[in-house]
Amino acid sequence: MLANDPIVTTSTVIQVEGLDHFFGDGELRKQVLFNINLSINAGEIVILTGPSGSGKTTLLSLMGGLRSPQSGSLRMLNTELVGAAKSVAVEARRYCGYIFQAHNLHSSLTAQENVMMGLEVHGAYSRSERRELALKMLSVVGLEERTQYYPADLSGGQKQRVAIARALVSHPKIVLADEPTAALDKKSGRDVVELMQRLAKEQGCTILLVTHDNRILDVADRIIYMEDGRLSDQPETSHSPQID
Amino acid sequence: MTAIAPDPQQSPRPSRRNLWQTLSDRTPLGWLQLKKSKSRLIVAVAGIGFADLLMFAQLGIQAALFDSNTMLNRGMDADIILRSAQYRDLNLADTLPRRRLFQIKDVPGVQSAEPLYVSRVVWKNPQTRRRTQLTLVGQSLDRPAFLFDEVNQNLDKLKKPDTFLFDRLSRGQYADVVAQVQSGQPVKTEIQRRTIEVAGLFSLGASFATDGTLITSPENFLRFFPQQNPGQITLGLVKIEPGADPEKVLAQIQAILPPDTIASTKQQYVDDEQAYWQETTPIGIVFTFGTVMAFVVGTVIVFQILSTDVNEHMSEYATFKAMGYRDRYLLLIVFEQSLILASLGFIPGLALALGQYAMIQNLGALPIAMTGGRMILVFTLTVVMCTISGVIATRRVQSADPADNF
Repeated sequence: MLANDPIVTTSTVIQVEGLDHFFGDGELRKQVLFNINLSINAGEIVILTGPSGSGKTTLLSLMGGLRSPQSGSLRMLNTELVGAAKSVAVEARRYCGYIFQAHNLHSSLTAQENVMMGLEVHGAYSRSERRELALKMLSVVGLEERTQYYPADLSGGQKQRVAIARALVSHPKIVLADEPTAALDKKSGRDVVELMQRLAKEQGCTILLVTHDNRILDVADRIIYMEDGRLSDQPETSHSPQID
Repeated sequence: MTAIAPDPQQSPRPSRRNLWQTLSDRTPLGWLQLKKSKSRLIVAVAGIGFADLLMFAQLGIQAALFDSNTMLNRGMDADIILRSAQYRDLNLADTLPRRRLFQIKDVPGVQSAEPLYVSRVVWKNPQTRRRTQLTLVGQSLDRPAFLFDEVNQNLDKLKKPDTFLFDRLSRGQYADVVAQVQSGQPVKTEIQRRTIEVAGLFSLGASFATDGTLITSPENFLRFFPQQNPGQITLGLVKIEPGADPEKVLAQIQAILPPDTIASTKQQYVDDEQAYWQETTPIGIVFTFGTVMAFVVGTVIVFQILSTDVNEHMSEYATFKAMGYRDRYLLLIVFEQSLILASLGFIPGLALALGQYAMIQNLGALPIAMTGGRMILVFTLTVVMCTISGVIATRRVQSADPADNF
């Protein structure tokens, strides 16, 4: 069961200890994560960066309950996911907001209906409440003029903003984002990250952001560097946000 | 900036609501997906409508076959019917000795027992001079053998030799004949080179076996079958006294009769005749097979449509799973779609079938009619058809992997 107590700013929302992860079976078995130890506090914005294939996305998908963690300990909001039943993982997914590289909006739904889907999964809101909250959220991300547009009629940045609205409309404690700016130009990318940053501060949620994009590192409270499946000491250079 | 503020203390785990609330409150995703690709929706509805039309045609013609071949049987004015143990159907009936009728006349409760002669004859259509096959019936003139008013009012006309009543709904060109007889002028033609006269009309309709029916007296009937012993009859029509218990009378009759003769209630007799057509002729099997084929074709069409739709939305379904939606929710989308398609396809299918029935009725003089039971049957088959397709299509939905999104 997930903890219902209000989370104090200093409390830990993500706690990873000695996490290993393998892909494949038998001779093809390959270790992709090695002894990961990580602790993220409520309200923090953490960027996880590193070269391709270093295991960033695998770690993110384990935290989100999209893959089953195999050994070690992985606690999300005090819920242990290692060895957890499938239903616990599904439950855990609902308390994370996801933002993907591709926006992954549903093409048959309008912007408003897409955002409503982020609330429907909780089963706590009536249709009219969902409608109203979705409209409010869309105006927060600056799309109040586009609520009835289908994704095909929106620009890339607008679609990513709808996706952010969908992820944040239910006020998740944790937001997991995988390369949210990869498909966007510099300006839209910047807008999207600043939007995430602002909303995180307003809602008091924790953001874990996987990215390659050096242009957005400055929004982070903390930067974690990953290489070959291990968290490593960050190269000093990547810590300086004022790169032009 | 607008601040959105659901109570931050709000329990993240909402109370469970009942199924109906959940269903009526959910986003109708299946419908929205179908609506978004209109051309696919139209193809699906057309395909299902076509499958429904085929099923209606097969089932309708099949029922018409049974109806038309038992119309004469059902029109018989009797409570209990005697037939030979070798009896197969009315057009291929072995005879039984007339003696059997005398044997049972004294059974308490029996009011009357009359012979009925039935056989096939070839006559010359008076209008076209073409030879066609008709069912010839020889009935006692003393009392009505059928429930057809027009026949019963004209029985005295049949006392003249070689005089017949003719079925005006016979298949073929008989408009002039019907008009002439109706105006009071008898029409002359021949059966087996013997000149006969049509003196009256009644309404029955063609069957698959013969083009129509002629009714006459036993004497006129037997004139065409000199080799037939008049003591051999096709059926015995037994009426029981008012107030007598038909089951009891039947049991007593059955106790008297030797095994070469079968006695049954009229309803049982009609049911047996129907069952005979249904089971022992290939006609029933062919139409059942046709219905199954239509069902399979419909299933394939719906499956194609649903699986294309599922494939197109795989990444969206995977996203929903990543957001925490369960398989159940996604399966519901596909079932919603199959139910919508079934309902939307059924309506044009039914409309087309009604038009088709009207056409068959006009052209073929076949008693084809839409029944409530058949509408329910075809609709049920349509829903089953769509559900089967949905079940196959959803197997892929379950394989949607939320981790694919990263």
